[in-house]
Amino acid sequence: MADPITLTIDGRQVKVPAGTLVIEAAKTVGIEVPSFCYYEGFSLQAACRMCLVEVEKMPKLQPGCTLPAAEGMVVYTESPKVVEARKGMLEFLLSNHPLDCPVCDKGGECELQDMTFRYGAGESRFVEIKHHVDEKQWSPAVYYDAARCILCYRCIRVCDEGLGVGALGLTYRGVAAEITPSHGDHLECDECGWCIDVCPVGALTSGTYRYKSRPWEMSYAGTICTHCSDGCKTTLSVRNGEVIRANNRDRSGVNGEFLCVKGRFGFDFVHSEERLQSPLLRKDGKLEPVSWSEALAAVAARFGEVKARNGKFGILGSTHTTNEENYFLQKFARQGLGTANIDHHRSGDVPALLDALSGKTGKLASSADLYNAKAALVIGSDLAQQHPFLAFQLRANFRHHQAAVYTVTSGTVREEQYAAKSLHCEAGQELASAQSLAEDLKKHGDLVILFGDAVRGQAVSQLVAFGESLGIPVKYVCLVDYANSRGAMDMGLLPDLGPGYHAAPAVGLSRDEMLAAADLDVLWVVGSNPFKTTAPAGTKTFTVVQDLFLTETAQRADVVLPAASAYEKNGTVTNVCGEVQRLKQGPKVMGTKSDLEIFGLLAKELGLNLGIWTADKVFEEIRRTVPGYNVPLPVIATGGAAQTAAVNGGVPSKGKPEYIRSAGDTLFTSGTLGRYSKMLNRVMEAPGQLYKP
Amino acid sequence: MTFSPELEAKFAKMIQNYPPGRQKGALIPMLLFAQDEVGSMTPELIDEVSKRLKVNRVEIEEVIGYYTMLTREPRGKHHVQICTNVSCMLTGGEELYQHACKKLGIGNKQKTADGQFSLEEVECLGACSWAPAMMVDYDFHFNVTPEKLDGLIESLKKTQ
Ligand code: SF4
Ligand code: SF4
Ligand code: SF4
Ligand code: FES
Ligand code: FES
Repeated sequence: MADPITLTIDGRQVKVPAGTLVIEAAKTVGIEVPSFCYYEGFSLQAACRMCLVEVEKMPKLQPGCTLPAAEGMVVYTESPKVVEARKGMLEFLLSNHPLDCPVCDKGGECELQDMTFRYGAGESRFVEIKHHVDEKQWSPAVYYDAARCILCYRCIRVCDEGLGVGALGLTYRGVAAEITPSHGDHLECDECGWCIDVCPVGALTSGTYRYKSRPWEMSYAGTICTHCSDGCKTTLSVRNGEVIRANNRDRSGVNGEFLCVKGRFGFDFVHSEERLQSPLLRKDGKLEPVSWSEALAAVAARFGEVKARNGKFGILGSTHTTNEENYFLQKFARQGLGTANIDHHRSGDVPALLDALSGKTGKLASSADLYNAKAALVIGSDLAQQHPFLAFQLRANFRHHQAAVYTVTSGTVREEQYAAKSLHCEAGQELASAQSLAEDLKKHGDLVILFGDAVRGQAVSQLVAFGESLGIPVKYVCLVDYANSRGAMDMGLLPDLGPGYHAAPAVGLSRDEMLAAADLDVLWVVGSNPFKTTAPAGTKTFTVVQDLFLTETAQRADVVLPAASAYEKNGTVTNVCGEVQRLKQGPKVMGTKSDLEIFGLLAKELGLNLGIWTADKVFEEIRRTVPGYNVPLPVIATGGAAQTAAVNGGVPSKGKPEYIRSAGDTLFTSGTLGRYSKMLNRVMEAPGQLYKP
Repeated sequence: MTFSPELEAKFAKMIQNYPPGRQKGALIPMLLFAQDEVGSMTPELIDEVSKRLKVNRVEIEEVIGYYTMLTREPRGKHHVQICTNVSCMLTGGEELYQHACKKLGIGNKQKTADGQFSLEEVECLGACSWAPAMMVDYDFHFNVTPEKLDGLIESLKKTQ
């Protein structure tokens, strides 16, 4: 960065790097220059003229949002001329504004309201009849009220620049000017709803929230999105126990304001009519609702009996439950029931990556690294579909730092819009193709390699050997499917590895082997739906299922225990980059219990001593005993993300990489949860297809 | 979507007029010529042009909304545009426009029942020196009087 320059703003000396905009320079000394169209991180627009400032030796007022600070510049942000101009701009903006604040969704958090309140123009000299346009529905998620629009172009820019979708534009002129959706009368886009969030007024409203509440009537819970593994922070707006909105306007979390359609709208599964709200017990071949005590007693009785005769257990954990729950479940299995048969649906070969990286440090990329690295290589993943936030990070890196992004996939992916180079290859040939990029990759200062399930087992060590041969610093991300897929592995929901990838005392059956075992006495399935794709071989197996819904698996169970979803829980989860973040309970659904509570009650029923089963206590134990999880508590407690330092040594077991496969979810699907989200099923783009531009 | 061989040839030549990577510049003429053939900016037409010029669909929507000569509604066989901007207004443009409405029995941006004529009130046509001015399709008509307009319309009717 060039030498800093000094300027004067409202009589105060300000030192900023050359190239800083006056609006940003003012911020550094706590002076707010009001703005509508200026939006940090996106191209400059200078459309609203709200940010006009007076600059000495310049005859006209200048827009602070596009004026670079210059040495010796003297700026006034509150001079009579500026005050007058602001008032004028507001009067102008309000000249055709409907002023329907009492029924507008944005009322109470509207930037136009705030500015008018603060900078005046309560009275207008305009007497013309306002130009009315009816509200339009563009998609199930997005509605547009042109009359409220102040034409700031924010929505257009986040959609085009931020997401690479470009579904919004501005059409017509003068008083008739309005925002237009991609397909004339409707939207075909990612349906992420970001445009709604950035809209400073109530011109864009959300299908799930519109006309339902006012911002001050809700409570807010900042938690982590429970869909894909990217770990976006999402703030749930809860009214009377019901989630009616999710967004992240305070930009906390690794994702800032970014959320995809699942994070912003995919919360509605919580209140699905199909949620299980009472335990079910199979009586005379039929699942009947029973009390919790009856259900737990039935499970404990059978577990106790099978354990006593040294019978065969099989336990399938979840990719959505918390670290605490996963840790407790593996403890329950190994210590409580004395079985080694524990696994979950694995979607990426993290153990192989950690093993290949043993002895090295700082090799796992954080989500911030994706934004800062000079180059990135994506192998075998349709990132914009499968990892929307990671894709957003790479695009932002390209926009802001001209990062070179390379893709190696078997089909067309959105990253190709801006990629430095893209290769298409036969499925299975990804690694070989990627290796042909060596000369290109070597040119860059550093590199992040992201790889999907196409690279597993032996191929992972080949990939790492390739990365390390490039002679530049390389970091890695092993892509996995769901919100806590990574945490499931870290916490030892693996047949051969315990928490922290230590060798388990004994090696048990893998998921596929459990399903194929005819002699299993008990199959305990927590938050997972294996029977959807694989019918179990055991005919006499006693099956216990903890889930939100009566899934294909739950339908065949002997006991079904209604579980709380991640949005109804406290605890921690670990995202695809190994960042540990905290869940905070938003709503509560009657009749359900968190999986941790269910485990605890079952342990108690069985007379097992597995320790206290509150999330905080279990997390304490994790921090003490699981390598890498001694993360700073204050960071986690205040809603921050702390990356786990991976085990720094060889991983003693290679598991069975052939059972690793991604579920292949897209932007509009999310395993079982997605099936019960009305919004994800209503948008016409659903269910989405991989490898389509 | 396919166009007539003549139009295809025109497009092929037009695109060559722009340096590589700047083919986007052909957007407006392409839309205009395509409109002449297709009649209006249909969704299929927008998709096709978007594909050919690699221009985002919504950018085309923006252009269509901005320029009044591009229309989403099919027009009459002859499109009559009458200027009522300052110079023309001062020399009888308003009256001329009202007269045309009566004569054709339609209002602004409407089409006669037989589909022969459509009418539009437009801003300055850049022909102020010969105001009042009007256009029929691509032809200018200057110093127009209501009588002249009647004659013009009658003669167009006869050539059907
Ligand atoms: S919902 Fe998202 S993808 Fe769709 S128009 Fe808005 S910002 Fe663009
Ligand atoms: S819809 Fe909202 S964000 Fe988009 S231009 Fe209008 S006011 Fe700005
Ligand atoms: S990118 Fe993943 S974590 Fe982020 S909002 Fe979308 S589904 Fe949720
Ligand atoms: S914020 Fe500067 S012109 Fe809009
Ligand atoms: S005002 Fe009518 S042509 Fe200029």
